Amino acid sequence: MVSLLGIPPQVLFGQLLLGLINGSFYALLSLGLAVIFGMLNVINFAHGALYMVGAFVAWLLLTYAGVGYWGALIVAPLVVGLLGILLEKSMLSRLYKLDHLYGLLLTFGLALILEGAFRHQYGVSGQPYPIPDALKGGQNLGFMFLPNYRAWVVVASLTICFGTWFAIERTKLGAYLRAATENPTLVQAFGINVPVMVSLTYGFGVALAGLAGVLAAPIYQVSPLMGTNLIIIVFAVVVIGGMGSILGAIVTGLGLGLLEGLTKVFYPEASNIVVFVVMAIVLLIKPAGLFGRER
Amino acid sequence: MIAALLLLIAVAAPFVLYPVFLMKVLCFALFACAFNLLIGFAGLLSFGHAAFFGGAAYIAAHTVKVWGWAPEFGLLAATAVAGLMGLVFGLIAIRRQGIYFAMITLALSQMVFFLALQLPFTHGEDGIQGVPRGTLFGLFDLGQPLTMYYTVLAIFVAGFALIWRTVHSPFGQVLKAIRENEPRAVSLGYRTDRYKLVAFVLSASLAGLAGGTKALVFQLASLTDVTWQMSGEVVLMTLLGGMGTLFGPVVGAGLVVTLESYLASTSLPVPVVIGCIFVVCVLVFRRGIVGELLARLPKRGN
Repeated sequence: MVSLLGIPPQVLFGQLLLGLINGSFYALLSLGLAVIFGMLNVINFAHGALYMVGAFVAWLLLTYAGVGYWGALIVAPLVVGLLGILLEKSMLSRLYKLDHLYGLLLTFGLALILEGAFRHQYGVSGQPYPIPDALKGGQNLGFMFLPNYRAWVVVASLTICFGTWFAIERTKLGAYLRAATENPTLVQAFGINVPVMVSLTYGFGVALAGLAGVLAAPIYQVSPLMGTNLIIIVFAVVVIGGMGSILGAIVTGLGLGLLEGLTKVFYPEASNIVVFVVMAIVLLIKPAGLFGRER
Repeated sequence: MIAALLLLIAVAAPFVLYPVFLMKVLCFALFACAFNLLIGFAGLLSFGHAAFFGGAAYIAAHTVKVWGWAPEFGLLAATAVAGLMGLVFGLIAIRRQGIYFAMITLALSQMVFFLALQLPFTHGEDGIQGVPRGTLFGLFDLGQPLTMYYTVLAIFVAGFALIWRTVHSPFGQVLKAIRENEPRAVSLGYRTDRYKLVAFVLSASLAGLAGGTKALVFQLASLTDVTWQMSGEVVLMTLLGGMGTLFGPVVGAGLVVTLESYLASTSLPVPVVIGCIFVVCVLVFRRGIVGELLARLPKRGN
């Protein structure tokens, strides 16, 4: 039996895989936060709750409508995205002229409502959600066993992350978006409907959270509390990556997931706080974050 | 005048209302006032104040129960540790502003939550239970509900007076200047980071004093007080009562604590109701109750 630094390779790679999966979720969620922040200047505190709603929509679809995983993968993000557009149109849009702090406070209230309502209805114990048939089983890689579903989650979220990055940084639509974050009045003058774009951006950002919820449902149980602690780690990821940066969100999310996995192998007690320690160190050295620009 | 009247009511209150309830209100009122010192007078939204409140509760509970310290020293230790934590948090968080500041304090306080969950002396999910109230200064038996109540009232009044003094001092004026326009305060020659840091440490210490007192009143320090939901609750109390008003947080804390103890006996889910109040406050009612009242009063010359 070969061992690396006294750790059996199965344990090491197993934790690294877990870290990579957590990292994929961090990346997806912090990407959505970064997109929303870039356009609306709002820290979306409800992001974790909407991730939970995504998972619950998938579970409800399966339980009451017989719609399976692949259907939920399309429907749940749409539902969450529409809910987001509704929230943006009815509430958030009233706050743009005020201090950005009010956006944070409003979404905090929304998060309390969503989580409280689901908790009231479904209790705190999780609901199991089956892995779809096509992704059951796994591959033996020789040094470790790789479950198919987990490999799919990593591939799917990486694809979406880089697709989003490409759309924002390399396409015409992305150029409009970036222009509108710099100078909304000017972009409006070119005949682009900025308020609609803002709504759609918020919808898209939270749809990403909803999608992450569906991806997470078969791995973690579907529970009202699933977004609560995750969201704070994602906030730390966003701070470390630098708020303005899409790439920063993706790279930092994956990197911190892996780092957390490694910590679990070598010093398990610290695994819950390693992200926050990294945040403190990064802030002391680079206050704008790793990929951020000083505003 | 009004202050004297309110104090009179507070002194008479335990003969009408349940003292433990009143003590809870006072602890949270001090907590909210400490928080308001930052948001209302320096414009800093800390979303991590539960770390000071709950962390200090653990310190007070541990020193009094396990080390057998007298309650006054337990409270002193709790306040000091909270102040020290405030210094560390402040040094890290004050490098950024606005929402960044809020998120950094939130993340740091979550670190404290995980520490509270894992460190041996906090007893994880159980918390520190059965904390003896002890004898204050070796003279007053805090086991008596009324003695405990007047002690808590004295602590609250002292804390409130300190905040009052701070706000009305030149230091407080500089804080307000920073809140209104930080670049201008910098250009006037103020080292604003120092001012903000001192305000942060003061606020953290007072939040710690409130948390330590709560641990003595309920004879319990538990994880609930360190969660980020608690940080949110104190934001709500301040927002509901009125940010930047001296009495607002007291009113807000009283209302929220009353509402929660009322809702506990109904089937309505508490977080949903709290969340709705939050949303309504932010959307239509940003000045808070006391803030609205003050805005409607005829203006007086200062």
